[in-house]
Amino acid sequence: MTSHAGARAPRVHRNRSRLLWAYAFVVPQLILVTAFTLYPIVMTHVYSLFEWPGFGPLDRFVGLRNYTRILADELFWNAFQKSFIFMAGTVALQLPLALLIAILLNSERLYGRNVYRTLFFIPVVTTSAVIGIVMRSIFASHDGLVNNGLQLLGLIDRPIRWLAQGDTAMIALILVASWKWLGIKMIMWLAGLQSLPVELYDAAKVDGANFWQTFRHITVPLLVPVGVVVLLFSMVDALTAFDLIFTMTEGGPGFATEFMELYIYRYAFTSFAGGLPQLGYASAAGVFFGVTVFLISLVLSLLARRASQVRR
Amino acid sequence: MRLRTLLRQLPVQVVLAGVALIWIYPFIWMVSSSFKTNREFLSRGLELLPEQLRTENYVRAWEVANFSQYFQNSVIVTVSTVVIVVVISALTGYALARVQFPGKRPLIVLYAATLFIPKGYTIIPVYQLIRELGLLNTLPGLILAEAGAAPVLFALLFMAHFSGIPKELDEAAELDGATFGQTFVHVMLPLAKPMIATTVVLQFMWTWNSFFTPLVLTLNNPDLRTLTVGLYAFVGEYNTDWTGLTAAALISIVPVLVLFLALQRYFIAGLTGSVKS
Repeated sequence: MTSHAGARAPRVHRNRSRLLWAYAFVVPQLILVTAFTLYPIVMTHVYSLFEWPGFGPLDRFVGLRNYTRILADELFWNAFQKSFIFMAGTVALQLPLALLIAILLNSERLYGRNVYRTLFFIPVVTTSAVIGIVMRSIFASHDGLVNNGLQLLGLIDRPIRWLAQGDTAMIALILVASWKWLGIKMIMWLAGLQSLPVELYDAAKVDGANFWQTFRHITVPLLVPVGVVVLLFSMVDALTAFDLIFTMTEGGPGFATEFMELYIYRYAFTSFAGGLPQLGYASAAGVFFGVTVFLISLVLSLLARRASQVRR
Repeated sequence: MRLRTLLRQLPVQVVLAGVALIWIYPFIWMVSSSFKTNREFLSRGLELLPEQLRTENYVRAWEVANFSQYFQNSVIVTVSTVVIVVVISALTGYALARVQFPGKRPLIVLYAATLFIPKGYTIIPVYQLIRELGLLNTLPGLILAEAGAAPVLFALLFMAHFSGIPKELDEAAELDGATFGQTFVHVMLPLAKPMIATTVVLQFMWTWNSFFTPLVLTLNNPDLRTLTVGLYAFVGEYNTDWTGLTAAALISIVPVLVLFLALQRYFIAGLTGSVKS
């Protein structure tokens, strides 16, 4: 193709036209990403240095004062702590249960494995906001489905006022969130299990290892790298959850389930904190929490990389 | 032989079936409640079969509570967003896969970085931007915000997909006189169908289920509410209409459930694909 000299001029022409085409192809997304991803990320950082209600001129530069105010705010640390309790609860509940279900569903001879997989996955695709609203009714104090069921089984004498008390509201949220997102962890574990080398299991069988020994000495060590990824994903997901919590408890009762994203929302979009919304302050809280989540995921990704290197 | 396998599986089957029943029970309960009257709902909440199949809850939600409007808004916003995202991601992916243009490396690095940098709280600047564009409380504003927030991951996945297709195919088409654009539309796009399907199902799910962005961007115009925002408002307006609520909730989630059941292999392939990267 490069041999005939006469093709040179058209080729230069062709290359230039290809460049133009390429830029034309790239531009639409670049504009959208710049406007709605890059610009907002930069601007949150800028806003965080100003005192600003969200309208009017951006002229009251306050340096890092929003940040020092955050660090001194008890409710900020309350939200910070609540976010992590929620995260720990959902992770501790979902990861082992999802692994157990994945192991059961991994057997190719199991009847109905695809049906089960679909059923466990259904809550994942269902709208979080809708789930939150419906769960408010399911966890209602009087004649809610959960209370009626527990009373019918004789597990409780009196209805629990699930969403009216701080601790039980947190438990209800953890249960619902774990129920909703377990399916995706199950799929991730399944993908991990399917990537394990079959030969090792055959060898273990030949050596007479039982189910538990195989699990303990082959499956678990080999699954560690996948596990770190599942963990990372679950943590970030739980820490940034908003729709479900906002619709189910709105952060209440009091501030018992006011997680970070709800704290930020309150300052950014309501005049709760006395007078005007405080977009500058809310942005500072957003940046602070965003960086925290980023650092956690950074550490975990480094761990994941190391874990997969050890495996090789 | 099959019977013996089944018998051996019995304990596992019992456990799985039990857990699976609990798992989908809330949905069964929603369907059952949506056919009850509010009085029946309160007095016989645990009974699954309603006294008779009443569709009045659906009629009330659809007509009185304005869910016909919300449904239409959700469809417009979701379909437009999905179309925009598929088109721009495929265009970017193809250019990145086939042309060595100056600025290509930085662009890939920039896009990859957006997957990792802390997002903070981007809704505030997005809100400001939409307002400055004069698109606050309009459907185009909402569509722009949803499409703009879509993950660039799709473009990178399209790039990987197109890179895997032999170059001879598009070179042959261009030797036959097709332009770069024609080659893309007539030769390459048809070869990217699985990738398009994955993008469609995931983006559909995200946009359809989106709550916060439409809540913030349509605060002052109830006629523009999507289903999620409409349902949230429904609770405030008719807070004792439990059965109307379950009917409205089902109207909101059925489209995304149907899509999932029809195309679930693309969902799962897409989710595991995006998680892996």
